[in-house]
Amino acid sequence: MRDVIRVYRKNKLAVFGFFVISSIIIVAIFAELISPYRYDDIDLLSFLQPPSLKHPFGTDSIGRDLMTRIIYGARTSLIVGFSVQILAVIIGVPLGLLAGFYGGRVDYWISRLVEVMTAFPGLLFAIFLMVWLGNGLMNIIIALGVTSWVGICRVTRAKTLEIKNETFVEAVEALGASNLYILFKTIFPNIVRPIIVMVGLGIPQAIFGEASLSFLGFGISDPMPSWGKMIQESLGYLQGYWYMGFFPTISLAITVLCFNFVADGLRDALDPRMYGSRRG
Amino acid sequence: MLGYIVRRILGLIIVILLASLITFFLMHAIPGGPFDELKMPLPEEVKAQILKKYGLDKPIWEQYIRYIWRALHGDFGVPFQSPTETVISLIKRVWPVTIQIGVVTIALSFTIGILLGILSALRQNTWIDYLVTTIATLGTTVPNFVIAIWLMLVFSVTLRWLPTGGWGEPKHFILPVLSYFLAPTAVIARFVKVNFLEELRKDYVRTARAKGLPERTVIFKHVFRNALVPIITLLGPMVPDLATGSVFIEVTFRVPGLGKFFYTSAFNRDYPMIVAMILLIAILWGITYLITDIIYAFIDPRITFT
Repeated sequence: MRDVIRVYRKNKLAVFGFFVISSIIIVAIFAELISPYRYDDIDLLSFLQPPSLKHPFGTDSIGRDLMTRIIYGARTSLIVGFSVQILAVIIGVPLGLLAGFYGGRVDYWISRLVEVMTAFPGLLFAIFLMVWLGNGLMNIIIALGVTSWVGICRVTRAKTLEIKNETFVEAVEALGASNLYILFKTIFPNIVRPIIVMVGLGIPQAIFGEASLSFLGFGISDPMPSWGKMIQESLGYLQGYWYMGFFPTISLAITVLCFNFVADGLRDALDPRMYGSRRG
Repeated sequence: MLGYIVRRILGLIIVILLASLITFFLMHAIPGGPFDELKMPLPEEVKAQILKKYGLDKPIWEQYIRYIWRALHGDFGVPFQSPTETVISLIKRVWPVTIQIGVVTIALSFTIGILLGILSALRQNTWIDYLVTTIATLGTTVPNFVIAIWLMLVFSVTLRWLPTGGWGEPKHFILPVLSYFLAPTAVIARFVKVNFLEELRKDYVRTARAKGLPERTVIFKHVFRNALVPIITLLGPMVPDLATGSVFIEVTFRVPGLGKFFYTSAFNRDYPMIVAMILLIAILWGITYLITDIIYAFIDPRITFT
């Protein structure tokens, strides 16, 4: 563990990313205390105001304070980012363990399923699911979770294959442990690190996914703020009201970038042999 | 080799069948049918007649087999949003727009990506290298519609050089391609750099230098060829990726291409269109992967099929 922290701290960008993400998380948790207004406060008398002391990021077309909406948007992004990865782990890890451990027919069909999911254009399939499920936070998490477990499953399977023939697994097997015990108590602890790395890489992708879905109008429903939706709303106003597009895009870019820095740092620290696994 | 190709094609067919199965059944699990009029309900007999005409009275597995049978003959049904056309003719009409942008993007990103990659490999740890790394990180992590907004803010709003959207004139190409090409360029540049550095360390480079060959010959005749071959593997995934990415770019810049139509189809719940497009991209994906693997094997004789 100490080694992990030492290697992580060597990566300046990862440390920087960690601090930025931590502050975003704090801001998102204490949104009610920090934000100057409520996110659904409509003030029709001060619509489309440029940034000022009263409204640091300006207001939107129906007079909602943009800074408040950005702060609450961070909450939406983070909830989606983490929940999607939890769902992806719940689906991907057991499937990967089963495929890698049992091999044969189980492996064949799980691998086919993984291939199908890879062949599906991820976001288009997520859009299709959103059409089917309807808008809303919960449904976004489901749609993105269902389309993003593949990478985790693949890594879990590969690592399980690698480990299952090691001597210590054989030893546990010889002692008469059940398959379930071997899978979750012997093999799983040894593949936790690469899974953490995959989750780290997956969080910014889920945030990106939520923003994309909301940008297209298949995401968060009003009045809940989402950066993607704010970007979409700004499209018609860019000519006169630059700040409407500027602040949400910058927030999204910084968050996604910093999460990636953290993920890169985690990868170097936890699993130095793993690279090229960004796709999938 | 032939056996390998046949096996791969069989695998591809299984995958596509599974994909169609999933989309088809999901589509049918959605409550409500195309003839459920709320305002003017059809008489029961008429409705039964229509359902019979479209084969909707049959059990679902039979409907699926009929769907696949017709799809194999190039008939994906009629899009709800434009009932005078077929799904295929609609796709044929709008796809060229997306392909035009895609081809320009791929050409540009390969040229610039390779150049940047080589530059940053040869000038490692200089400002060029850092600049390329920064651009690469931005390009791979920041969503393309965010980059699109930034470009719009700079070139359309502030400088007023380019339109914020539209289609038909050459100037409409510039911003979509620019916001598009950053991500693939970044991937290519990073890939080329890593490969180049790896090749530079190999023995044959040392031999070539020891022979007293000029550095330029070493780089461009020896290293160049070996380092660039693997780039072909990047082209495969890029084709379907561009098809997906096009949704955001085309919505942002109001380009009437495949992505825009996927978007309107999804919004109007135009299921025949959605299913056909998802299948189309799944097939495209499978085929490009297959072709890349085969081409790769032809170029690199060390690869064998076992």
